[in-house]
Amino acid sequence: MLNTLTLLLLYQLGGELFVRLLGLPVPGPVVGMTLLFLTLLARGHVSHETREHVGSFLQHMSLFFVPAGVGVMVHLQRVASEWLPIAAALVISTFAGMAVTAWVIKAMLPKGADHAPGEHT
Amino acid sequence: MKPMPPAELWTQLTASPLLGLSVTLLAYLAGVWLFKRSGQKPLCNPVLIAIVLLSLLLWATGTPYQRYFDGAQFIHFLLGPATVALAVPLHAYWRRLRQMALPLVVALFAGSATAAFSAMGLAWLFGASPETIFSLGPKSVTTPIAMGVAEQIGGIPSLTAVLVILTGILGAMGFPAFFRLLRIRNHAMQGFAVGLTAHGLGTARAFMVSEEMGAFSALGMGLNGVLTAVLLPLLLSLLIR
Repeated sequence: MLNTLTLLLLYQLGGELFVRLLGLPVPGPVVGMTLLFLTLLARGHVSHETREHVGSFLQHMSLFFVPAGVGVMVHLQRVASEWLPIAAALVISTFAGMAVTAWVIKAMLPKGADHAPGEHT
Repeated sequence: MKPMPPAELWTQLTASPLLGLSVTLLAYLAGVWLFKRSGQKPLCNPVLIAIVLLSLLLWATGTPYQRYFDGAQFIHFLLGPATVALAVPLHAYWRRLRQMALPLVVALFAGSATAAFSAMGLAWLFGASPETIFSLGPKSVTTPIAMGVAEQIGGIPSLTAVLVILTGILGAMGFPAFFRLLRIRNHAMQGFAVGLTAHGLGTARAFMVSEEMGAFSALGMGLNGVLTAVLLPLLLSLLIR
């Protein structure tokens, strides 16, 4: 577990350095993810241990959003006074975006591919 | 040591990270318990429950959000390593992702534009204030990217963070029923669409369905994050000026 956490933090640090040095408009963790991905691609395999640890870490990813979400308190007044435009925008645009994305993939894939159960590696 | 009056004890406890951390974990675990107990009812979303419980607690005790966040920021920080960790499932499904590269890229542009511009357009149509409209633009991408974009385009970063999380909860809650309605069963398609529109919260929920759906969701989330960070400020400056 400690190995995996150190690995993740080091790649995040690498990402942050990259972003600062090059002045990229992307957050450090996203660059860190890309760097780790390229490393894994070059090495060709991931240890069973790392994969297991990452799996259990990602399982609770929702938790990490809670502290920022409680920030709704600070904006309660604005959210209450503009609830209709906010609710309409959030609900319709989220599901419209979801539908458009899935439909485009479905239209571009060969027929029948949308019923494939998918491989499980 | 003399016993302390409760009010003073509370002030002292909230000054250390321990309390913010513990209550966040407790509220989330309560949410997870309810979600499981209810047979995974969408309305019993663990994040939604945790946020409601914590907001009520802070409101009832008169604790300012900033003081709570001083402790809870250690949990917030883990969003960084979690984002990096997404490289592992991406790598595991790389061959399948590459086979679908062209449809995924086209869907990325179409879905990203739909999510961002329909949100701003609808908010404008319903008479939202300019700051709210611009805060809504990047609401489909993960928190750190969205906050940076909001700042660039004239939104309020902390409001964007809240809208991002509401979007994520909504997407995570709604996608199973929504795709049943659309008759889309393929886990790769569902995953990519969920990650693109509902970022990390959608991705976390997608991993509960299958690792394949999670991997495609992670890809959708990562790609839309980068695309939005680069293109949204550019497009808006062209459209408005």
